[in-house]
Order: sequence, then structure tokens, then C-alpha cells
Amino acid sequence: MVTDTVTPPANLAALIQAVDAAESAIALVQAVRALAQAQHEAAVPTFIQVLGFNNPGAAVAAVDGLVALGPAAVPALLAQLDGYNYGARAWAIRALALIGDPRALGILLDTARGDFALSARRAAARGLGTLRWEAMAPAEVPAAQAEVLSVLTIAIADSEWVVRYAAIVGLAGLATALVDEAALLPTIRDCLMERLRRDPEVTVRARAQLALAHLA
Amino acid sequence: MAESITGESWTLEQAIANLQQTADPSLRYYAAWWLGRFRVEDAVAIAALESALSDTTDRSPDGGYPLRRNAARALGKLGNRQVVPALIQCLDCEDYYVREAAAQALAELGDDRCIPALRAKLGGGLAAAIAVPGKPHLVEPYAAVIEALGMLGAQAAIADVQPFLDHEVPTVSNAAARALYQLTADEVYAERLVATLQGPNLQLRRSALMDLGAIGYLPAAEAIATALTENSLKLIALKGVLDAHLPPTDSGPPPLTERTIDVMLLMDSLL
Repeated sequence: MVTDTVTPPANLAALIQAVDAAESAIALVQAVRALAQAQHEAAVPTFIQVLGFNNPGAAVAAVDGLVALGPAAVPALLAQLDGYNYGARAWAIRALALIGDPRALGILLDTARGDFALSARRAAARGLGTLRWEAMAPAEVPAAQAEVLSVLTIAIADSEWVVRYAAIVGLAGLATALVDEAALLPTIRDCLMERLRRDPEVTVRARAQLALAHLA
Repeated sequence: MAESITGESWTLEQAIANLQQTADPSLRYYAAWWLGRFRVEDAVAIAALESALSDTTDRSPDGGYPLRRNAARALGKLGNRQVVPALIQCLDCEDYYVREAAAQALAELGDDRCIPALRAKLGGGLAAAIAVPGKPHLVEPYAAVIEALGMLGAQAAIADVQPFLDHEVPTVSNAAARALYQLTADEVYAERLVATLQGPNLQLRRSALMDLGAIGYLPAAEAIATALTENSLKLIALKGVLDAHLPPTDSGPPPLTERTIDVMLLMDSLL
């Protein structure tokens, strides 16, 4: 992933400078993409700054840059979470969700449980299904997975279809990583069956159907 | 008044009473929205909204009719076709935004009695479709009218809509592409929207995205997923695409095909 995290490549300052100096929305996207390709930790503050620019193309590229850095980006993302604006917070949660570092478990649980922004609830619900459990102390995993399941059973009844959809994807991911299948799998199956039978949105029902097909 | 603008806790009777009183225009305006938001299909509420369509008390500084606008929007959500004649009358209101809201509401209600009145709005073609001096809009709400004709399946309007593909205002030409795809199923029109998705203007990318979702154009799924817009909008557009290719909600488990699964996997990647 990241080979040398100490010495910035010679052109990193120039790449960061290019992000700061971008004069159009498209130029910003390109500058952020170029910076992401450098894969260096020193770019993290710049990526985090870009999340708040209200330029969705650039935010996608910044999230990509953060995700490529993996766990190295997590402390800065967590430390600055309270300072983000509405849009940036959702992008930051998405980055944490995609990285899957267990240090973000608490914030993902809280967010999925009831953040006011549906895009944040959505990203967190999905991220709870793709945590890198191998990075957590094995003794902590069973209780953490039970808590993830209990929060996803809340998210799967959200009033927003996209959060319910994301919770299905989260449950499908959790199902493939269970350390105690006998304890949790029946609940996952019941939740998915409930969505398949009752969700008012056909797209959500279809996703539940797909998840159930993969459980079998 | 701030106290009363917490409509979450209103009862139906309170909302209707708030719409029918005339002392507080902002309360009426909010009550009209509330009835639409909470999908109140009660006959008394519908009648109160219908009469609000001809309200003359609530005037904006530029001479508009704010309450009429909100009443029309609410009626579009409530599914009661009895109000179609009153909404058709609103297409001739002097307030542009009332005409726009009425066209959108008529599209949602799906009653083809309004088609002749909508087509009449396109009379004069491109030459007549010019901006109003000093206003941020054209002489008629062309995009809303054209979208409505598309949603209503107004085959007779194809020739009326065609010239607007070349309108210089992109929201109007996008609306024409969207409607013509719905009316002809010719992919040429949908591909115009796909091209707009790759364009330099964020607002137009957003609008093309929502149009492609609204017409359920499956070949655009990948282009939607990679467009430079918010994931939230892409997810809504892809849901539109998927909804159009899945059977209605109450007909048993939706059958999964390779292509619908592809779209779901694209959606998963955007969550």
C-alpha cells in the first residue's frame, strides 16, 4: 500500500500546490486525482480540506486518495470529524467506511444509529459490513459483531430507502465475516426476509433478495 | 408565529384550518406544503387546496401568488384527479411559477385531459420561447411543460416538442430529449442526456442524471455511476433505472437478472 511514509516525493509539494491553485472545478478534480496517485500521507490534510469544497468530483477523488492510504488516514479523519460541514462529514464517513479500520467502529455505529444526514447514515451502514475484523483484537470481535448487527437492525428500518438499502449491503457483508454464525446468522436472515417481504421500494426488495441468495 | 411553524405535530384539522384562515399568509403557505408533504388525501383538504389555487390575498412583491404555487405542488402529490380542471386553469395564471407548478402537478396526476392545454404552451415553437426581460426565466415554463408531455405519453405532442431539442437553454433541450425518449423509445434522445452527463456544467450533469433515472434508461447505468456528481443523486438515478426494470412492488419477489444485479453492484459502490 504505502511504501515510504516518511519522505515526501520531491513533487508532492507541487501536487498539493496544484490543488490549492486550481481555478476551475474540473482542474480541481484533476489536481486531486494527481495528488491521490502519489499515495503519500502528507497529502491527508489536503484531501480532508477538499471534502468540504462542494465539488463532488473532487470529493470522490479525495475519498479515493484517503482510502488508498488506508489506516494511515484514519487518525486525521477521526480527529477532524466534528469540524466538518454537512457535506464534508458525509464524505469523511464514507472514507472511514471504505477504509474499514476498527478504530472507526464507534463513529460508524453512532452514525448508522441516527446521524441527521441520510448520506452519512447510508455510508456508515454500508461500512459496518466491510470492517477489517482481522485488525481487531480477536477477543473483542464477537461482541463488536453483535453490536454491529444490533445497529444494522435499526438502520434497516430507516425511513429513507437508501439507508435501508445500505443496511442490507452492510448485513450481507457482516454475514460473510461472522465469528459466531450460529448466534447471529439467523437474525441477519430474518431481517433480510422481512425487507424482501415488506419493503415498499422494489429496489430495496430486490437487494434483499440478492443478499439472501448469497447467504444460502 | 415561530411556535406555530412546527407543523410536524399538527392534526389534519389544524392543518386544514391553517390553510383556510386568511390572517396569516405564511401559515397558509406552510399548511399547503404540509398537506402535500404528509400525503393528506382527505376530501376537505383537497377542496381547500383547490380553492387556494384561485387565492388572491397572498401576493409576493413581484406580483406572484405564492399560495397558489404551493397548493398546486401539493395537489400534484395527492393523486386526486378531480382537481385537474382547476390545475389546467392555472396553466394560464399570470404568475410563471404557478404555471410551472401546475404543469408539474398535472404530470404527476397523469390525467391526459391536460394534454391540449400543455401543447398550447408550446405554440409558436422556438421563436416564441424567449426570456422575459429582467426575469430569470423564459415566457413559459417550457421544461416543465415538455417533461409533463413526456410523462403523460402524449404521442400527439412529438412534433411540438421536437424543435425544443435545439433550444439554447440546456434545461429545456434536456427536457425535450427526455420527453422524446419517453414518447419514441429512440435511444438517440437518451444518448443526448448521457453526453450531457459528461459535460462541464455541474447543474446540467445533475439534471441529466435525474432525467436518465426518470426515464429508466438502463444502458446509462455505468455513465451515471461515474458522473462527476454527488453519490446521493447517482443512487436516486440508479434506483429510477432499476425500478423501471423490476416489476411493481406487490407482485412477489422481484426476479433478478444479470443486468439488474450489475446495477445493484454499481449502487453498492456508491453508498
